[in-house]
Parts: sequence; structure tokens; C-alpha cells
Amino acid sequence: EGSDGKYHVGSSSMKAPAKPIAGNNYGHHCKPECFRSRHDDLKEMLDSNKDSLKLEAMKRIVAMMARGKNASDLFPAVVKNVACKNIEVKKLVYVYLVRYAEEQQDLALLSISTFQRGLKDPNQLIRASALRVLSSIRVTIIIPIMMLAIKDAASDMSPYVRKTAAHAIPKLYSLDPEQKEPLIEVIEKLLADKTTLVAGSVVMAFEGVCPERIDLIHKNYRKLCNLLIDVEEWGQVVIINMLTRYARTQFLNPNANEVLLEEGEEKEFYGSDEEEGKEEKVEKKKPYVMDPDHRLLLRNTKPLLQSRNAAVVMAVAQLYFHLAPKAEVGVTAKALVRLLRSHSEVQFVVLQNVATMSIKRKGMFETYLKSFYIRSTDPTQIKVLKLEVLTNLATETSISIILREFQTYIKSMDKDFVAATIQAIGRCATNIGEVRDTCLNGLVQLLSNRDELVVAESVVVIKKLLQMQPEQHSDIIKHMAKLIENIQVPMARASILWLIGEYCEHVPKIAPDVLRKMAKSFTSEEDIVKLQILNLAAKLYLTNSKQTKLLTQYVLNLAKYDQNYDIRDRARFIRQLIVPTDKGGALSKYAKKLFLALKPAPILESPFKDRDHFQLGSLSHLLNVKAGGYQELPDWPETAPDPSVRNVEVMDKRKEKKKVEKPFYSDSEDESRLTESADSDSNTGSGSESSSATEESDSGSKSEDSGGESESEQQEKPNRKADKSRVKPWDVSNWEDFNNNNEEEKIQPDWINCKHTYTHLASKGSKINSFSCRINSMANGLELLKLFWHSRVLFVCILPCSAQTISPTFSSLKTYELLHRLTGEGLAVGYCFGRQPFVRDPHMVTVQIQFTNHMDTEARNLRVREPRLQSGMRIKEFPEIEVLPPGETVTTVMGIDFCDSTQAANFQLCTHTRKFCVSIQPPVGELMAPVFMLENEFKKEQGQLMGMNEIKETLVLGEACQSDYAIVQRVTAAANVGQVPCGSDQEFAGKTMTSNSLVLVTVITKRDRTAQLTVNCEKMVIGTMLVKDILHALSQ
Amino acid sequence: MIHSLFLVNSSGDIFLEKHWKSVVSRSVCDYFFEAQERASEPENVPPVIPTPHHYLISVLRHRIYFVAVIQSEVPPLFVIEFLHRVVDTFQDYFGVCTEAAIKDNVVVVYELLEEMLDNGFPLATESNILKELIKPPTILRTVVNTITGSTNVGEQLPTGQLSVVPWRRTGVKYTNNEAYFDVVEEIDAIIDKSGSTITAEIQGVIDACVKLSGMPDLTLSFMNPRLLDDVSFHPCVRFKRWEAERILSFIPPDGNFRLLSYHVSSQNLVAIPVYVKHNITFREGSSQGRFELTLGPKQTMGKAVESVLVSSQLPRGVLNVNLNPSQGTYTFDPVTKLLSWDVGKINPQKLPSLKGSMSLQAGASKPDENPTINIQFKIQQMAISGLKVNRLDMYGEKYKPFKGIKYMTKAGKFQVRT
Repeated sequence: EGSDGKYHVGSSSMKAPAKPIAGNNYGHHCKPECFRSRHDDLKEMLDSNKDSLKLEAMKRIVAMMARGKNASDLFPAVVKNVACKNIEVKKLVYVYLVRYAEEQQDLALLSISTFQRGLKDPNQLIRASALRVLSSIRVTIIIPIMMLAIKDAASDMSPYVRKTAAHAIPKLYSLDPEQKEPLIEVIEKLLADKTTLVAGSVVMAFEGVCPERIDLIHKNYRKLCNLLIDVEEWGQVVIINMLTRYARTQFLNPNANEVLLEEGEEKEFYGSDEEEGKEEKVEKKKPYVMDPDHRLLLRNTKPLLQSRNAAVVMAVAQLYFHLAPKAEVGVTAKALVRLLRSHSEVQFVVLQNVATMSIKRKGMFETYLKSFYIRSTDPTQIKVLKLEVLTNLATETSISIILREFQTYIKSMDKDFVAATIQAIGRCATNIGEVRDTCLNGLVQLLSNRDELVVAESVVVIKKLLQMQPEQHSDIIKHMAKLIENIQVPMARASILWLIGEYCEHVPKIAPDVLRKMAKSFTSEEDIVKLQILNLAAKLYLTNSKQTKLLTQYVLNLAKYDQNYDIRDRARFIRQLIVPTDKGGALSKYAKKLFLALKPAPILESPFKDRDHFQLGSLSHLLNVKAGGYQELPDWPETAPDPSVRNVEVMDKRKEKKKVEKPFYSDSEDESRLTESADSDSNTGSGSESSSATEESDSGSKSEDSGGESESEQQEKPNRKADKSRVKPWDVSNWEDFNNNNEEEKIQPDWINCKHTYTHLASKGSKINSFSCRINSMANGLELLKLFWHSRVLFVCILPCSAQTISPTFSSLKTYELLHRLTGEGLAVGYCFGRQPFVRDPHMVTVQIQFTNHMDTEARNLRVREPRLQSGMRIKEFPEIEVLPPGETVTTVMGIDFCDSTQAANFQLCTHTRKFCVSIQPPVGELMAPVFMLENEFKKEQGQLMGMNEIKETLVLGEACQSDYAIVQRVTAAANVGQVPCGSDQEFAGKTMTSNSLVLVTVITKRDRTAQLTVNCEKMVIGTMLVKDILHALSQ
Repeated sequence: MIHSLFLVNSSGDIFLEKHWKSVVSRSVCDYFFEAQERASEPENVPPVIPTPHHYLISVLRHRIYFVAVIQSEVPPLFVIEFLHRVVDTFQDYFGVCTEAAIKDNVVVVYELLEEMLDNGFPLATESNILKELIKPPTILRTVVNTITGSTNVGEQLPTGQLSVVPWRRTGVKYTNNEAYFDVVEEIDAIIDKSGSTITAEIQGVIDACVKLSGMPDLTLSFMNPRLLDDVSFHPCVRFKRWEAERILSFIPPDGNFRLLSYHVSSQNLVAIPVYVKHNITFREGSSQGRFELTLGPKQTMGKAVESVLVSSQLPRGVLNVNLNPSQGTYTFDPVTKLLSWDVGKINPQKLPSLKGSMSLQAGASKPDENPTINIQFKIQQMAISGLKVNRLDMYGEKYKPFKGIKYMTKAGKFQVRT
């Protein structure tokens, strides 16, 4: 309205800067005419020569904009000042321009030339700001100019200008989606940028324009991972979210094969495409190997958990949740719990995500249970979410303290919260059977609460709980029937009526009376109550028609004329169904089945169940609805796409890496190999063994980096020879000799020798610790260890006294990974259960720990710190290792008393610079030591462990364990037990470390490959788990 | 990402709007007002509200709702964190963040918002950079500006954005070079009826006020860094160095900033510095209730417990109270039923107590809820976790700075259940 014709500057007259003079003249001469315009004073000020007046005017205009007042009629007057010398005026003009240009497209063009000039300015900041404003003007006609400007800026010298270019890309895209292709080219170019300034902005542009073009990321993946920590916080969030999606398309699910994972095998370094044929062979077996790039992402995002920015922390947490192996997700819990201290909005979002996580990964928050306790000052929405988390975290062990907390919550003044608590109690009761009765009793007590809402909510929950086991609770049903007179909340009344109807047979006297009362008040009830009255009437009619026939008729008649059509409808339906008529409804004979069918109890589920199909931390996850622009989190691929796409240049490093990254101990196939080549002697040793053996020696000693395939066999032998001579002092060579022996005829002659060596070793003052130190001091100590571990020797020692713990009968020790070299930043740590008695404490399990330093600096002061143990568990740490030179390997021994449980022992492994949280979880079979027993003793003991203590299982023996020998091997490998000599069946005995409870295992083989496994143990948990493990071992 | 921002005051008026992309009509806020009406308390308005075409993400601070309008998927925390950063910036600039302050400085607010977001994506959020771009208003500057017509907007171009330490402005010069660090710890605790601790943990922060010329490189070390269980840093802290040596090494931003926040492991026993003896009873059938409260110091390591403030939300049935404080003053709001007692300092020789009766609604049955008691207090010159700064060193500059460190312990969310 305000613009007088004079200002219509056609697009032809783009030379805006000339205009102010004209404007000035106008202002002076034509003043009187302008009084109609609302803002003529402002216009006058803008037209003046004084910057201060202009500034004042602009400030007032900005204030108008801020208040939401329309200031568009000032556009011509403002736009003239776009080239004003005063910076603040200029900035405010920009603000105005960006806001109104869309409405005044033609006039906006006046300003363009100023920006175009700005784009060529020698000062990078001016170039950037010109691009920023230019791209913010939403005028379609300048799209080509914008495109050009963005392209230029993308190759600007200054990273700041390039950043601005990245910001401009989504602006242009939203203005004209047609420009997608050329914009993708710019994105591709900017993605290759190596500066942190650009990284966040360009990924943001990528997400906005072409999130589906995952292929653009390949070459930049590693760079983004490495830059991440230095990118500004907002960029970090965007990059992490994008990389989560990327990783889901490129890597394998680390949790796909939990079993393999637990064994911690790091079989193979990727990159097997070209060179070695051997690797192909390994690949066929497909053990899970984490792609190093996958590991890189996990490693580089972890420090960001320490960010002050909640969004960054959340982004890392979701990345770990979606990408990390199960065991590692836990590291994010602490940081998430920290966010709970933040503003309530942050808490709200974090709790939503924790609620989802806590369903999938209950364990990760268990230690932080108390952080979710509710304070009376929390806002209700926070309280309800915390309640949700507490309910999800409830387990058999924690339920009692959680219920105690809930008891306090029920007394809260916040009634919505109390109602939610009652719901939560209901859920705990359904999830954890042990406390069902306790909960039910508690809820029944609440029925006498003064607050009607509380009572009503309790009724609803009790109804659900009763449905699970109605027989036992007819007194509660009676109690509730009485309540119907007092409770007014419709939902609760309806619930009670339903209960009485459903279980009318349990309360045959009360039910008809309730119906009588309800018939009286039928007309004044709420609709849901009316429906339930009808329901009750129908059920009673079917079960007790004598007493209730008339009542039912009456209720049906009332319902027939009800105002609500649902109720009329229901009444008609019920009448047809239950009242027999001449026309003989075919269905009426099934009426009873229809109404009194056994109904499954409702499952009380968390509303957060399965929410994790949305990417955590996203808006869609929070709302549980797909939001616009949400990018689906893809499923893991079945087979990993070619990892070489991420290679940036042909790397020499790869080879180097290869050497260092040689697989640790490959023993998964040990067992199978054993039987395949029962006569395997080390000379001919199967291909895989010899190669793995060389690899082992490689990783241990620097002397043989060549490690070529062809040489392996030749190498091996001299190696062992060399060892033999070195290990002389302890006569260990015997083992090898034995090892070379035919195992089919495993038994006698060498036993004694072995035993000798063994006990000799253990007792010889040196003890295990110094023994292992000694080994380390030897240059090629690893070889010896290998012998130690791989020796398939029967250490059967016959000691005079019975039922005494003896040395392990069989050791084929499995190595587990404690710390992967990538996580450990070059320090790899593996452990195995030594199966010797731990000399310093008979109740402790011996754990051999092997450190390998892959770093190029030495690691110092390796030690254990801050063990975090379950109550009763104890740790005897290994003596601190002073120095571990690069490339070296050291083995040491520690003892852990697991208290006869398979709970993990957690502790920190410290070097002089870093510390790593690690945990050792023993398989149940390692919690025991072999016991020597004769058969009659065995039978006697077994006789005392019958009934509950005996677990029997029939199984089909696996292909590879048909022979008795194989069975012995499998069993002794799975559990540290000793065979009962000369038994009629395969019998094994052991006792648990801590409580010395006997563990007796019997395997009776039958024809057609089946066998019966019996485990007798007074610790039933151990027995059950052991059966599972042995079954698994035997049926493979 | 962020399309528009609306500021809404407690009476439901939109008093400021800013758009970064096409204009979104302010009628979108109607959905927000609806949600506000549904919520019983102001803080119960859901932070994320979906509407047919947009999503509203809001934060409530200083009784102002900051409502951001979003059009498509974005991590909600991203927006929430940004909005809080906006509030922090306003507070930093204007001293307070109230409706009046924002209205008075609407131009600066607009300039700030313009710099903080570009096309809805955060651009410059570091206070040092912003201050280089836009000078905070001071009384002196306002006077000078009106006389000379000069401006708030920095004359120089903001080079800070380009530097490798983007959080520090360049060319800092002081005549007195000083660095102050405040170690402030808050105890969060829930104490049960019988006085035993249900949960207690310590959250601490180190706030710094660094006024040092040039580009100082500081290192701060602790006597007992192992206490710190979980830490989060200002971006200036070198993470690697902390990981390796447990030393905070950083080039500080200029002025006030939060260097570190930390959490002291809940495994460590937390000293609880005060205890409460309480006896709050209602008798069935009587319209009177008893109220007795006594506070006392406990595990304070000889330091005085100061600025004690007790507050409690009494049950709805309580009409009024008639209490007698042994020290300090108390107030009771019969509408909100909030009782608060300003105790002041606890004198261990003469324990402060508040005793008397409550009158209940006649005829109503006795309330079955128990009020919780919230306590605030301060203890000067002590960090309750025992954390101690060992030394502060400066490298990279020649002058000798003045260094100061202060410890304080406060109650965080400290609740006693009755």
C-alpha cells in the first residue's frame, strides 16, 4: 500500500546505489503527500544522510519485525541502504532483506549487484557474508547467480568461505530442487575438504540434499572419523548421525553371532581380496571380524562422550547403541546418566532414549539404578519417564528395592504420578513372577485409599493381574465387588464388572446381587459401564439363568432404549445370542463358548518396546512416528560390501598393519582339528595349524616378520627345536614329545613324566608367576607358551588321597580377548584360564593374561586397578609389569575368586598413560577344579546328589565326537573336571572353586549316536549351565 | 533445521519472533498454547509438540518459553541444547534474561540470533566470537552510542571464527592479568524417613573467569584427579592430555566460562553435611496436625553451614500453619501450600528448629501423603568430595598472572522424605 509509483524500479534499473539521491530529493520535496503512509517518518530517516538516523530507523524497523508487525511497505526505502558504509546499518538491512525479499522479489533484485561485488572482495569475511545473504534471499530469478556463487565459493582459498558455500547449498536446494545434480557435485567436492571448519557444514548439506548418496562418503569416511574430534559441536552431531547410517550399510552386525563374539576371536584382518589364498580359506568360515573402519568410528567417537553438549553425547550414545558390540554399549551409560543433571527438557529427551535402551540392554543401566530415583520436585513428565526406566530395569534382584521406592511414590501428592506408579507396579508384577503376590497384596491395600483416582487405577491394574491366575484370588474379587458401591470412576467400575462377570463362577453368590444393584442404576451409568453391565448380565444368564433371567431381561430392555447406539446395538446382539428363540439362532448354542471363552491375560508392555527401529536420539524416535525427512536406519548387510572402497590411496601402511595385526591365537578350530587329524604330528601338521603357528610366532617375536606362506612349514620345525633346547631347565620338552605321540593311544607311559613336569613346575618355588616371568625373559617365550597351551596332553595325575583336587586332566586352553589392540590403542591383551590351581589361594581360578604391545613405544606399568566386583568376589592381581617394549609379549597370571558364579570380574587395566575397563567372564566350566575319585566313590557321591541336584539330558552326538576319546576331550575342554579312571561309563568329577561343591558328570553313550548326559551338583545353577555347555560341546 | 523462533511470556503473549527461512505464521503457536493449557504446571509442557505441518520444540527458562519451529527430522536435543545456548548468551549479554531485558535490547537480540543461526543451522555460538561481532551493551556504551552515533556492532571483522582456537577472541589485553577458578560442588541426595541415605552423589563444576592478555596456555592439575569419575569439558580442554596425565591443559576463552563439570562416583561415600529431625503428624478426626523440624550439622569438616533454606510442599488439606522458628523467618502460602523457612546459618550449639501446629480443613479426613523437605545450603571454602587443585601454570606468555581458586559446596537436589 505504501509504495507510490515512483519507487517501482523495474528490473532493468538494477543500479540501486544511485538511487538514494533521488530518494533524498523525494523526501524533501514531496513530504506532504506521504502522510497517508504509515511509516513516513521512518522512510525519511532512512533517506537522510546521517548514519545515526538511518541506524535509528533500522533499529525501529527491526523491533517491528521482532514483534511480528508487517514492515514490508518500507522495503524500497530500506533496500537502498544495502551498500551503506555503516556496518550496523548494513547488517540490519541484511536482516530485513532476508526477511522480506520473498515478498518483494522485484525490488530485492536491486540489492543483488552489491552482493555480487562483495563476492569478489579480497577479504574472506566479506566474501562469506555476501554469499550468506545472497543465498538467503529466496528469489527464484537469482538461482543461476546463486549457483555460480556457490560453485565459486566452494573452491575459494578460505575455508570459512567454503563453509559458507556448504551452508548455501541446502538454501538453494529448497528454493529449487531441480538444482540437485549440480549441487551434489559441489557437495562431493566439499566433502573432500580436509578442514574441520567445512566438515560439519558439508555433511549437513549432504543430509539435506542427498542423504541417499552413501557412495559419496566412502572416500571421506576415514577422514571424517579422524577430523571428528576437532569439528565444532553442532557439526559433530550431524556427522555422527550420518556415520551411524553409513556404518549400518557397510559393516557387519557385531552382535549377529554372539557366541563367536564371546570367544573374542580376532581371526583375520580384512583386505584379503588380492594377495593370499590362505585368507580366502579362512573367510569361508566367516567368524565375525570387526572391520577396522568400524572400529575406527567407535574409537574416535568415544571421547566425545565427554562433550559438554548434550546433543553430542546423545549422538555418540545412539551410535554405540546401533553399532557397537553388545559388550561395549555400556560405556555410554555413564555419560547419559550425567545428562540427567541438565535442564528438564534435556532430561526429558534423554530419559525417552534411556527407556528404549534399557529394554534392549538392561545391563547397561543397572548400576545407575539410583540415578533414576524420583524426587518430589521433578516435573510429572520426568517422573513418569523415570518410572518407565525403573520398571524396565527391574530384575529379580533389584525388584525389592524398586518396590520399596514405589511405595514412597504412592504417597506422593502428584496424583497423575501415583496412577503411573500403580501401572508400573502392575508391570513389574507381570514381568517378575516372584513378586506377583506381593504386588497384588499391595494393590489391594490401595483399594482402601482415600483418593478415588488411586483406587480406580489400582482396580484396573488388579484386574489385569487377576486375569493371570483368577482361581487363587476369589477373595480379592469379592473385595472388589464390594467396592462397586463406592467407586465412581467409570473405568474402574467397568473393570470390576468385567471381573465379576468373567469369574462369576468363583463368586456365585455375589455376582447376581451386583447385577441387581447395577440394574437399578443402569440409566445413570457411563457408557463403558453400561456395556460391562450388559456383559455381566449375559454371562450370568449363561451360567446362572435361574436367578438372573429376569434381571437380564430387564437390563436388556433398558439398553434397548438407550441413547447410545453402541449400547442399543450390543443389547440386540446379546439378546439374539443368548435368549433362545424359535427361529433358533444357530449361534446361540455356542453362546457360552463365545462369552466365557478363556481369555489370554493381557501383556503389560512398555510403550518403548521396539522403539529402537527408529534411530535413537531422533525426533521420530521421540514421537514414535516417522517425521518428515527422517532417514531410515538400514539393517545390517548380510555380507560386508567391499571395504576397499574406503581406501583413499594405495597404502603401504596396509602391509605394515598386516604384520602387526596378525591374528592372536586361533583356537576355535583346535578341537575340530584334533579329531580330524588324530594323528597330527607337528611335522605334517594341517595347513591351518602350521600357518597359525607361524603367525603366532610372528606376533610374538620380531625375528620372523617375513611370515610368508611357503616358508611356514620349514620355519616351524626349527623353531620348536630351538625352544626345546631353551626350555630344558624344566624338561618341558616332554610335553612336546607327548604332543607328537599318537593320541589315539593316549594313555599311560608318559603320564608320569608329564605329571612330574607339571607338579615340578608348580611347586618349584618359582610358582606360576615367576615361571611366566621367566618365560617372558626368554626371547622366544611365546613359542613355549604356545606349546603350553596347545599341548594336548593328558595331565592325569594319580594322587594317593581321594577326592582331592588334582591338576587339570586335559588342557586345550581357549584364549579370550580382554582388550583388542584397536581399543587398547596398540596394546592387545588376551587371557585364558590356566586350569592350574592358583598357588596363593586355593579358591581362586587361575587366569593367564598375555599382553602384546603393538605400539611403537614401550608400554609401562601395566597393572590392575579399581576392581569392581560383585560381593564376595576377590581378585589377586598380577605383579605390575614395569616395561613392555614394542612388539613384545608378556604373560602373567592372576587369580580370581568368582564365588562360583559366572558374573564377570570387572577391573581397569592401566598403563602409564591410559586405563581400560575390562572384564573377565568365566565360562561355568572354569569355575571348578578336577577331583580324583574312584568309581565306587563316584557312584556313592552321585547317589547323594539325586533329585533336584541331578540334571539329565539326552543328546545326539556331533559328527566329530563319536569316539570315547573325543567325548573325553570335549567334556574336559568344556569343563575343568577330571575323568574317573577305569569307569564303566565316561565319568568325570570336579568341585567348584569357592564352595568346594562336587560336580559330577556322566556321559553314557548309546547306539545310534545318542548319549545321555547327567550332571549332579548341589549348586543347581552351576549344574544347569554346565549341562548346557557340555551339551553344546558334544553335539557340535 | 530451525525454521523460526518464538518467545512466549508467562501470560501467553508472543513477544518476539524471528525467522531463518520462509516465514511461519505465529498461529502455529496455538498448538503450543493448547499443550500449555493441558499441562498442570508450566514445566509439564512437553518439550516436543507435533503439529500437522511442523514440530514445536521448546525450552522454559526464566519464565519464558523459547519455542523453535522445526519442519523436518532433527535430533530434538540438538535444538534444545541450542535454545539453552541462546538463553545463556542472552544472560551473558544482558545480565538477566527477562522479557523486559529482551525487549529493551531487541536489536542486539536480533543481531545475535542472526549470527547464531544460518538457515537454521548453528553458525557462531561461542560467546567470545559473538562478543567480537556484537559488543554487549553496557550503560557507558549506550550513553556514548547515543551521543556519538557509534554502534554496538564490532568494527573489525570477526577473525575469531577463522582461528584454530575459535573459542578465544584475538588481541586480548589487560593491565591486570588474573585467572580465577571456582570449584563448586553440589550434593544431590535423597534421605529417607529414618535419616539414612537412599542415594547421594556429588556433581561439581569448575567455573573460570580468566582475564589474561595474549594467548596464554594454561595447565591445571589436581592433587587427587582420580576422584573425578565422569567429566565433561569445555571444547578448549585437550582431551588427550587428560586421558594420559589427568591434567587439564587448555587455551582459555576470554572471560567467564565453564571449564569442566564432573561427577564424583557414587561408589565413594558422600558426606552429608546436615541432618534433619522431623515429626509431621496428622491425627485422624482432629483438625490439627503437629509440625516439628530440627536441623543440625553433620560431617561438615568444621565449616559452617550457611544460607540454609528449607522448603516443603504441604498436603492440600492443610489450611494454615502456626509455627515458631527458633531462628530465621518462615512463610506459608495458603494457596500453593508451600512452606519455606529461611534459616540462615546453623549454629551447632543452638540447633535451629521450627515447631508448631497445622490447621486442617475441618471434617476432611487426614491427608495420607507425606510432604518431602527440600533443603538448600552453602558451605564456603570446602569441596565436599575433597577435590583439591594442585597447581596452575601458564605457558606462552611472559607476564605473571594473579591466580585465585575458591571452593564451595552447595545443596543440589537435596530431599528428605518424611
